[in-house]
Amino acid sequence: MDPLRQPPSPCSSRPSSPRTPSCEMLGYVGIEAVLDQLKIKAMKMGFEFNIMVVGQSGLGKSTMVNTLFKSKMWKSTLPGLGVPTPKTLQLQSVTHVIEEKGVKLKLTVTDTPGFGDQINNDKCWDPILGYINEQYERYLQEEILITRQRHIPDTRVHCCVYFVPPTGHCSLRPLDIEFLQRLCQTVNVVPVIARADSLTIEEREAFRRRIQHNLRTHCIEVYPQKCFDEDINDRILNSKIRERIPFAVVGADREHLVNGRCVLGRKTKWGIIEVENMAHCEFPLLRDLLIRTHLQDLKDITHNVHYENYRVFRLNKSHVLPRGPGWVNLAPGPAPSPASPQATPRTMKVCRWTQDNSDDEY
Amino acid sequence: MASEVARHLLFQSHMAAKTAGMPSQLPDSEQNQKKDNTRSLTMSGHVGFESLPDQLVNRSIQQGFCFNILCVGETGIGKSTLIDTLFNTNFEDHESSHFYPHVRLKAQTYELQESNVHLKLTIVNTVGFGDQINKEESYQPIVDYIDAQFEAYLQEELKIKRSLFNYHDSRIHVCLYFISPTGHSLKTLDLLTMKSLDSKVNIIPVIAKADAISKTELQKFKIKLMSELVSNGVQIYQFPTDDETIAKINASMNGHLPFAVVGSMDEVKVGNKMVKARQYPWGIVQVENENHCDFVKLREMLLCTNMEDLRDQTHTRHYELYRRCKLEELGFTDVGPEHEPLSLQETYEAKRHEFYGERQRKEEEMKQTFVQRVKEKEAMLKEAERELQAKFEHLKRVHQEERIKLEEKRRLLEEEIIAFSKKKATSEIHQNQSFMVPGSSLRKDKDRKKLSNAQVLEGGSGVGEALRAGSLSSRARPVLQR
Repeated sequence: MDPLRQPPSPCSSRPSSPRTPSCEMLGYVGIEAVLDQLKIKAMKMGFEFNIMVVGQSGLGKSTMVNTLFKSKMWKSTLPGLGVPTPKTLQLQSVTHVIEEKGVKLKLTVTDTPGFGDQINNDKCWDPILGYINEQYERYLQEEILITRQRHIPDTRVHCCVYFVPPTGHCSLRPLDIEFLQRLCQTVNVVPVIARADSLTIEEREAFRRRIQHNLRTHCIEVYPQKCFDEDINDRILNSKIRERIPFAVVGADREHLVNGRCVLGRKTKWGIIEVENMAHCEFPLLRDLLIRTHLQDLKDITHNVHYENYRVFRLNKSHVLPRGPGWVNLAPGPAPSPASPQATPRTMKVCRWTQDNSDDEY
Repeated sequence: MASEVARHLLFQSHMAAKTAGMPSQLPDSEQNQKKDNTRSLTMSGHVGFESLPDQLVNRSIQQGFCFNILCVGETGIGKSTLIDTLFNTNFEDHESSHFYPHVRLKAQTYELQESNVHLKLTIVNTVGFGDQINKEESYQPIVDYIDAQFEAYLQEELKIKRSLFNYHDSRIHVCLYFISPTGHSLKTLDLLTMKSLDSKVNIIPVIAKADAISKTELQKFKIKLMSELVSNGVQIYQFPTDDETIAKINASMNGHLPFAVVGSMDEVKVGNKMVKARQYPWGIVQVENENHCDFVKLREMLLCTNMEDLRDQTHTRHYELYRRCKLEELGFTDVGPEHEPLSLQETYEAKRHEFYGERQRKEEEMKQTFVQRVKEKEAMLKEAERELQAKFEHLKRVHQEERIKLEEKRRLLEEEIIAFSKKKATSEIHQNQSFMVPGSSLRKDKDRKKLSNAQVLEGGSGVGEALRAGSLSSRARPVLQR
């Protein structure tokens, strides 16, 4: 697909060069204690996670975030009340520190009210792409300082959850396809079918198949990407997930009493939809994917693949300028390849250094 | 679960009380002014991100670890044996000779595995350290090697297309400095070497072959060594004491530095166990006995407790220092002359402009010089040509003049000849007249005829002139006779 995308996976393969003979240790040494050391260090430093939710208004994005992290990240807006739909797309970020069993997580959620709400939604993805690229740019600037900070604050978007409206129709809408195509090259995207309680189980399955077919037709690689599967275990695990993408989710932040238990759910006249019940919706799958199993992987792919791609593009871009190469070349290495023509979204990136008129659309 | 929630709520209520005055959320986050209001949030249920450290650990296990140890010490002090004992395996067999002319560094990489941890271990040995007669250059190869590893990492990091996660990190994480057990003090070479290495690598000094010192001497020796190091400003690695779980043990270990170690892979039967030990006629020195030597402490500190911290320090302190110095050396700064923040790229482009301009200037200069030289050469040649021309003309003139002169002379000569021959003729005539009768006038006429013919034949206006200039008689006669 993308010629600049690194084919090897983020984690290195086990080295097996003949120069490193493997030695048999005759007894216990204690090397494995390094794992504990790692854990202690990680707990002390804390974790960071940045998630972005994209979708039209009324699809339940804020509610979903609240449900995921079981706390009031935002006041979920009821339809008809509250803030009117913004005229243009604005991005709002909010950061919280949550802690569980000694593990501190600094969570940043970025919402995109106004996405896809206008009559003319042309280029409505530009502000979002601009925001994502700006976070990469910030990180890059911190990284190339002479005197660097010990720990560079990571504001890069690790995961983008895209809410597909539950039309149940044959295919994704053109807006969805355009957006997903552009975004999948820059960030990890997890599409979900929002408000899935309006679809029956069969409708859900059919819709899901069609969406998967659409994604394949348009060569959109959502997370977990096939090309980053490292070994057979990963592949098996990820194929199971890929089977179920996009998840049909329901969000709820009110608790109700069901069979004596207190569960999160939506109460309707015909029943209570339990959010955490696998028979009712696939919210647990989404939660497990995002938080319990693949969080570190999301961060790794963002850092090792998307950020590196951005960096390569950014540093190569200066080659196009007549003023000369834009990077330090301390060693006589191979000359950096000229910026290969990538998909058109790249040309819409924000760049502070060029003096030409870039598309500063925000 | 509920109790944990309760505990959280209690904790959070404290936090909430503190942050009660904060405004409600929904800040504006225009791209450049993202307000970071990190408020603590309570969760009403179990979310599940406590598995995050495990996810991180799993990723690290998949990636594998790498650890690089540098052993500096004199030949024969027991470096290889100690490493063998530390890792409980036999790495290498042969001993090195004492006769190397320079200090070299030899690096060997091994793969070790313990349960599910894969460790790529690199041991770097100094070969020939302290063997030379003149030890001035002894520490330089070591410093160069460490810098070379940093340089390689820096190169990789600065590449445009880089693969840092695949990169085999060869930077030295710890330097074990072996001090010989003299019992007195540090050698000058040791001090010098440690001083030049302390800002580049974590140094852990160890007293090698500690079974050569008695316990009391050892205590004094340690105190002496530490005071010398402190007074000379050598910064050795201090085990970190900021995390509560390991602070106490690290602090106590800090007091035992430098560790007095004994290395041995030979097994000796003690009691009813086989232990690693060295057997002497007067007793057995057990390697893993804490009363005998500090080997266990070293292994504990180096591998079990602080391996990660050593790697961290190398990356965040020593490598950053190297990077900063190297980039500043090249002229990059973060702050420009007006104290506005500069970026690496701007600086580089500015420099490039500078160099480019300079190159242009030099090219111009060269062009100018070239043109100048050509002109000069041309002028010279023209000058030469003119000179030649002048000479030629001059010579021609001279030639002409000479020719005229010669002509003159010739004319004069001819005139003289004519005059002379005339005189001769007249004198002969007179002679003949005085001796002969008048009948011989025919003969005289003939003579005269001969003469006049000769004269006519001699030709030229000169003759004519001569005749005209001559007497009447000679003139008249040829007219008559013709």
